Amino acid sequence: MRFPYSEKVLEHFRHPHNVGQIEHPDGKAIEGSPACGDMVAVYIKVDSETKRIADIKFESYGCASNIATGSIITDLAKGKTIDEAKKITWKEASDALGGLPPIKAHCSVLAVEGLRTAIRNYEERHGLVKDKEPTTVEALRRRLRHVMNPLTGLDLVRTKLIKEIEMKDGTVRVVVDLPADHQFASAIKEDIIEKVEPLWDVEKVLVEFTE
Amino acid sequence: MFGKLVYLDNAASTRLDERVLEAMKPYFFETYAVATSEFGYSIGIEAKEALEKARGTLTPALGASPEELIFTSGSTESSNLALKGVAMALGEKKGRHIITSKIEDFPVLNSAKSLEKQGFRITYLNVDSEGFVDFDQLRGSLTDDTILVSVQHANQEIGTIQDIESIGRLCREKGVIFHTDATHTFTRVPLDVRKMPVDLITISAHTIHGPKGIGGLYTRKGTPIKNLMDGGFQEFNLRAGLENIPGAVGFAKAVELVTPEENEQLMTMRDRLIDRVLSEIPHTTLNGHRWKRTPHNANITFHFVEGESITLHLDMRGFAVSTGSACFSRSLQASHVILGIGGDHERAHGSVRFTFGRYNTMEDANGVVEAIAEIVKELRAISPLRETTA
Repeated sequence: MRFPYSEKVLEHFRHPHNVGQIEHPDGKAIEGSPACGDMVAVYIKVDSETKRIADIKFESYGCASNIATGSIITDLAKGKTIDEAKKITWKEASDALGGLPPIKAHCSVLAVEGLRTAIRNYEERHGLVKDKEPTTVEALRRRLRHVMNPLTGLDLVRTKLIKEIEMKDGTVRVVVDLPADHQFASAIKEDIIEKVEPLWDVEKVLVEFTE
Repeated sequence: MFGKLVYLDNAASTRLDERVLEAMKPYFFETYAVATSEFGYSIGIEAKEALEKARGTLTPALGASPEELIFTSGSTESSNLALKGVAMALGEKKGRHIITSKIEDFPVLNSAKSLEKQGFRITYLNVDSEGFVDFDQLRGSLTDDTILVSVQHANQEIGTIQDIESIGRLCREKGVIFHTDATHTFTRVPLDVRKMPVDLITISAHTIHGPKGIGGLYTRKGTPIKNLMDGGFQEFNLRAGLENIPGAVGFAKAVELVTPEENEQLMTMRDRLIDRVLSEIPHTTLNGHRWKRTPHNANITFHFVEGESITLHLDMRGFAVSTGSACFSRSLQASHVILGIGGDHERAHGSVRFTFGRYNTMEDANGVVEAIAEIVKELRAISPLRETTA
């Protein structure tokens, strides 16, 4: 039989490592959305002394390359310090899997982003963000690129659904160009809060809709 | 290592029937002349006779006369010829408006889009949650400018069979040409042009255990249509190019071999699969209508899991199926059919199409249900979506 993936990918796809959730994780991240086709959740436990990743788990709603990348990236990250783990690239993950079909790159990048976001989430929650620069509107816009519009599977910034972003005295105000009774309004609102709230100088997130 | 392959993607392609191959063979090795050489030598006459005999065998399956069928290279060419041929014949004389549906297969959909770029106005009809076209929208869209309506007989993914009799009658009242893509229904679902007001019908051999590379376009006598390819005077001057005589002979044989009993048998396997999946696997949704669907098609969404993962796991266990997931398609686009029936992306990504054929058995239907039940359970166990909604 022939498959469109390497043996290594198939092995991790069939028997993924480090699958599941961690209760009370020190850091977590959810990247992608069901709408864009793939979604990955990453949970980490960090040793507060050594800053090493003591435990890591992932969950995937995705295709074979998404599952396999989640499996290999958690293998690679386990036991590394958060600074080392942050530097793991998609290329390293892909090489460790014996290569991925180019068209599948976007499915597997999510797992790599998931790991980085989980580490950042840990750093933010534990006051470890070193360069504490004040959050700018530009930085907020970058974050909102990770919030998906389930209708199109593309992010809110790219689909021009962000009408206004304001940052004032620790309060972020985001205006989304959708009616409040839109079928995905509450999902989008939750997602925005989850992505923006961990920023060190953000105290409150207000999400408003246009109608 | 994995045992025999259970092929459940018969809407995409089918295994050739040996009897079809046997019927074709003489036209590769003995009667290999072209049909246009009938005035030159005897095997030219034989070739011409074989072609016309094949045509005469095929057309009764549609209630048509032999001179109303043009052989083509398959469904894609047939639908291109129907849409563009009519547009070229009537675009200047009558009008530049064409009506089709949102869930057509790509030959029709992309022919329409291509005509749109050339200045034709296209209405893409909405469909309801089971895939039936909005009849009122169709009625309201027909204008004096409308030259063609193209609505498929049944859908390629969800199998929904349209009420083409009513659509055809409406077109007839307004004097508009009606084309239907019958790729997935020909010989499986009755379609008789003596009863149904249809002017153009796309058919193909590859879906009924015939060879690839041969199809046809039924063209009702008097339908204004222009040829797309220039060349010789084959196929009533509507399709230039050397006739594919072995293909035509194989197509005719394939049609002869389909029986009502076989269609019944396909339907029994389909129903077993649908009933078992819906009752045994939680969080599943049938896509399309429960009964008004092609006899061999089952399309089901398995929520909280992604289709490519399901198909790959099934493949490892020896089952071949297809999915509407974006990850499965070359365009990375989710199924336009599932989105068209009002499904969200999640419903498209988790959709799996099972299509039965002559070489499947009830054991295959039961086997795939048992395999997919296990696979879906495993994939749901690692999915972050399960808890929020399960």
